[in-house]
Amino acid sequence: MKNIFLSLALLVLTASVILVACSKKVEGVTDNTAALNPTNIDLAAGNWKTVLLTRPDTFLVAAPAATNSPAYVAELNEIKGAQQSLTDGQRAAIKYWSAGSVLRWNEILRGLVAKHNLPPYQNEDGSYPIPSSANPFNYPQFPFSNPPYAARAYAYISAAQYDALVAAWHYKAQYNRPAPYKVDSSVNALVPKTALPSYPSEDAVLAGTMVAMMSMLFPTEIAYIQQKVTEEEYSRIWSGANVRSDIVAGEALGRQVASVFIARGKVDNVGKAVGTPAQWKQFVTDALANGKTPWYSLEAPARNPMLPFFGNVKPFLFDSATVVALRPGPPPAENSDEMKQETAQAKNYITNAPRENMRIVQFWADGVGTYTPPGHWNAIAASDFITQNYSEVRWARNMALLNMALMDAAIVCWNTKYYYFTPRPTQVDPNIKTLTGIPNFPSYISGHASFSGAAATILGHILPANAAEYTAMAQQASDSRLLSGIHFLIDCSTGLQVGQSVGSYAVKRAQADGAE
Amino acid sequence: MNKNIINRFAIACALVLTLIVAQLHAQTDEDAIMMAKKQFCIGGMYSRGSWKNYWEGTLKRNNLNLGTVSNQMFGFMGTYGVTEKLNLLFNLPYATTNASAGTLHGQQGLQDLSLWVKWLPLEKDLGNGTFSAYIIGGVSLPTTNYIADYLPLSIGLHSTNLSGRLLLDYQLGNFFTTVSGTYVYRNNITIDRSAYYTTEQINSNKVNMPDVATEQLRIGYRSSHLIAEAIATNMNTLGGFDIRRNDMPFPSNKMNATSVGVNVKYTLKKVEGLSLIGGGGYTVAGRNVGQSTMFNAGVFYILDFNGSGKKSSNAANK
Repeated sequence: MKNIFLSLALLVLTASVILVACSKKVEGVTDNTAALNPTNIDLAAGNWKTVLLTRPDTFLVAAPAATNSPAYVAELNEIKGAQQSLTDGQRAAIKYWSAGSVLRWNEILRGLVAKHNLPPYQNEDGSYPIPSSANPFNYPQFPFSNPPYAARAYAYISAAQYDALVAAWHYKAQYNRPAPYKVDSSVNALVPKTALPSYPSEDAVLAGTMVAMMSMLFPTEIAYIQQKVTEEEYSRIWSGANVRSDIVAGEALGRQVASVFIARGKVDNVGKAVGTPAQWKQFVTDALANGKTPWYSLEAPARNPMLPFFGNVKPFLFDSATVVALRPGPPPAENSDEMKQETAQAKNYITNAPRENMRIVQFWADGVGTYTPPGHWNAIAASDFITQNYSEVRWARNMALLNMALMDAAIVCWNTKYYYFTPRPTQVDPNIKTLTGIPNFPSYISGHASFSGAAATILGHILPANAAEYTAMAQQASDSRLLSGIHFLIDCSTGLQVGQSVGSYAVKRAQADGAE
Repeated sequence: MNKNIINRFAIACALVLTLIVAQLHAQTDEDAIMMAKKQFCIGGMYSRGSWKNYWEGTLKRNNLNLGTVSNQMFGFMGTYGVTEKLNLLFNLPYATTNASAGTLHGQQGLQDLSLWVKWLPLEKDLGNGTFSAYIIGGVSLPTTNYIADYLPLSIGLHSTNLSGRLLLDYQLGNFFTTVSGTYVYRNNITIDRSAYYTTEQINSNKVNMPDVATEQLRIGYRSSHLIAEAIATNMNTLGGFDIRRNDMPFPSNKMNATSVGVNVKYTLKKVEGLSLIGGGGYTVAGRNVGQSTMFNAGVFYILDFNGSGKKSSNAANK
């Protein structure tokens, strides 16, 4: 008997040693994504319809030096020299970036959004400090990348990268400079070989766009992004994919195209989205004047509403009059039987919630400190796009379509939220304790539902084979807000419809942009 | 009658932004007391911890959107004497959580089953007293699919843990000192989200759970019917990250806590085999944990399978 238990003790000890020896490192889902090897290089993409650029050659990219010129030969020698002694770190950089530049920048952006998605802590007097782009490093750092802010950031960067790549593809086709390993067989190709001309470098175009957009969107991250830019650009030289002049021309083009988007960003009304204390008060006054219960913040101390004038931001896919046209009619009156029933329904869902409901709620919550619902849909799209072996320009186009739809959904949703200014279920019945944090803005219509309806619609167009799956995911994302007690049913069902309507504008654009 | 009951304290430890310490200590045997052969001590323990202030990284703050966070545990536990020198222990708590302010819904459920092997390889007279050394190994496993990624209101962290502890005790007359050191290996956990941010964006639903080390000192009085002791515990998470300013806590935060407490066990003279315990504790320092105040109370009873009906005559003070 005693021996048995001693053996048992030894067994536990052995098991411990084995387990402890195992690595606990967590691998990201794309850490080992294979190098991008497009099935179609989309050589004619220079003709695709741009978002803001009036012409693909708005910004001149000078003709490159001939591949037999001394300057080019020197650039080949730079590659050959680097390839003689590549470190593990350099090889890791080549592998990382070869999975796809649009993919990697999208992932990096998601990380920035999550990093900056923290609501400011209150002042001594119970008011809240507002992040300032003029003093971005002061607490609270600029930006607070909440869902509407994030939606706009994803859209501006994705659209700028798309326009920049269309311009790049225009010059690639025009100058038709072959990749270094095609010019000189002693240059090793450490990434898949391609027939795509190498000048200007698409990686450098994307890197230049990204770092330039940081000045507007994440000014505290310029130094961090610049490091990534340098790593990516050198990885392309080390891999034999580009010579230095491909990189220089590409980064310059990316920065120039970004400047067009930054100019738009200065006048797209986002600067007025925070509003003033007087304006915040006016929402309450107006609701009371109309005999309605105004929304109020459920945080302590009460927080100013999140970007109440984001609904006036200029959309990408339609004009501001269309925003108003897309705004749905009002929800049922607050004292109607229907709303009473919906309040009871919300209460019912949070009472003894099954674990599966909790899972759905947490999976889609995308709250504080996360990449937000738009980021979640970017992650979903990226994981599916990886399997499609798109060219970088098609990757960028699809991401731009998705993110313009998400941003415009945010605009219509926010416009609706502050037009009706309706309370959350917990405001109506304080006994409704929620299964995730309650966002600090009015209830009708659900942001999650709006985002998800828009995303599923455009993604279903891009990948018809997955359309039913996207629709189901959007439905579940929308349901998650009901299950968590965050929203009424009418917020979710209407939000989903509004999102789908916004998404259909992205589909219309996709059908006409020359890429299909 | 002996004092060889599960003698613990749920414990003197921080309700670490929920219950990590409770996981570590409430379910483990940290004392220098053994059950006699073929005796089975079973009992129930109620413990309650609450905090209003917590450490966000190293910054101490309160949170008006949580108010006072409290948890309760109802533990069912037991110890069986395989031999005089080898005991097996188990503990299974049911836990509930609640926040007094804000809108977040509390949680409840069966938490982690822990199983321990406690071995007394060395016991000898030293000076005028008795020195003993114990080697204790344990495993704890979540018994339900409760949610870990819902701090500070999740009922636990849902990792599978393996613990190894060395415990040394010296008793002189009725006074004793016990010191112990524990290393806890924690398995990675899977959460419901597909991505999260630590100090970087992680695109995975797996979370690397850093290991934990604890040290404990117990000093007190130990006689056949009464044990009264003071306890100091220090816990360090070997890795992990700080909660960012105004962010929510996360299971792989660097949770450290130093706590002090007292513990009393009284074994009834009139009812053979029955004992009562009670205690309290307070977190004096911490990082990414709540500054918890806690108390506990429990009842234990010894079942004797020796067949003779005599209850552990050899339960010498260890």
